[in-house]
Amino acid sequence: MIPSLARLVQGSVPTADLDDRDPDYIRDNLPGLWLLATIWHRAEVRGLEHIPEQGPVLLVGNHSGGNASPDTLIFTLAFSAWFGVERRFHQLAHNLVVSYPGIGAMLRRFGTVAASPENARRALRGGAAVLVYPGGDWEVSRPSWQSARIDFGGRRGFLRLALEEKVPVVPVVSIGGQETALFLSRGERLARLLRLDRAFRLKTLPISLAAPWGLNVGDLLSHIPLPAKITIQCLPAIDLEEWFGPNPNVDDVYESVVAQMQEALTRLAAERRFPLVG
Amino acid sequence: MRIELVTEIAAPREAVWGAIADPSQWPQLIHGITRFDHAGGPATGAGARFTMRMRVGSADVGGLIEMVEWDEQCDLAWTSVLGIGQRGRWRLRDAGPSRTTVTLRFAYQSPGLLGWVADRVAAPVVRRNLESGLEEVRRRALRRSVVPPPRRSRGARA
Repeated sequence: MIPSLARLVQGSVPTADLDDRDPDYIRDNLPGLWLLATIWHRAEVRGLEHIPEQGPVLLVGNHSGGNASPDTLIFTLAFSAWFGVERRFHQLAHNLVVSYPGIGAMLRRFGTVAASPENARRALRGGAAVLVYPGGDWEVSRPSWQSARIDFGGRRGFLRLALEEKVPVVPVVSIGGQETALFLSRGERLARLLRLDRAFRLKTLPISLAAPWGLNVGDLLSHIPLPAKITIQCLPAIDLEEWFGPNPNVDDVYESVVAQMQEALTRLAAERRFPLVG
Repeated sequence: MRIELVTEIAAPREAVWGAIADPSQWPQLIHGITRFDHAGGPATGAGARFTMRMRVGSADVGGLIEMVEWDEQCDLAWTSVLGIGQRGRWRLRDAGPSRTTVTLRFAYQSPGLLGWVADRVAAPVVRRNLESGLEEVRRRALRRSVVPPPRRSRGARA
């Protein structure tokens, strides 16, 4: 059953048509995002001035909040309000997310495309800002008590992409998303047992306590995020060649970028006094 | 959503105009303005364009604005070209000898039903920011209107 379901999902993953992004649609929906961000999550986005004013840029974020990750929506609001909806901005998301009936179509109009190096490359070559979450499903499902930990699971593809395309990297660090539910386990063993990795590129099957389900296995129907305060900090842009020289060792660059992000995340965590409240 | 603030300042129009007629100073003038960069046209005057953002709630909202009226010591008005739909106006009128009535009008509109709600939720913050701007204009105009006393010569005695 799982292999046939996998074929069905793979078949429904839309090809990344970057032109699906619709600036008028985004403009019309910014007030709703603003209400969600301001009232529900009391969100704070800092350091947008570190993002180059124009041209392609790779925004690299840590991912939190399960399938109802508020970080992406809040950052999209902040980016679109700061630079204007006219500036091309794409977010890479898991195949399953862009394939969800209804939600997938909505996200594609916001500029979301299925995560793959090819899609990211096409967007960057088109001059867009591209938001990637290297940690993906691995990081987004980490237990809530690891909220202040950057965990890309060793995925370095985003750096190879930035080096090949010669685009600056802007780290985007956020905290609070992992408090929108009580994430208990990634459920890696369960995912392996069900062969989800092979079928859906899913290494995890997160287990959490989340509204309105109570015990939530897989988060496939998503959940209602608790009103945790979200803080997002953009760090200064990194010109990889300038910082690390031509043909740098990707492992060294990875360690350095992750260390910078971890330092910033630790600072953000130190600012928080209480879970949810911030 | 439309906000109008009116105040009277004990300073001549010229001094009040001097406090508002340099848009590059608006971030220092109005609380919450996080960005005000020249974006085309003349540096000041009708046709000058600026990228403007104000921190309201969780976002820096605004857009590209253009000065559409620049009537010295009388009216300064702008309207949005891109971004959130907005119009604004500083209006200066005489209120007696060396006194000026200053009106600051600001209207903005977000699209859709949620936009209608968001506009109303944002209004108290926007109003507070504009009120702070009007108070800062008062302080600056009063400073400008004070004529420094003539300096005493070295030999002069009280």
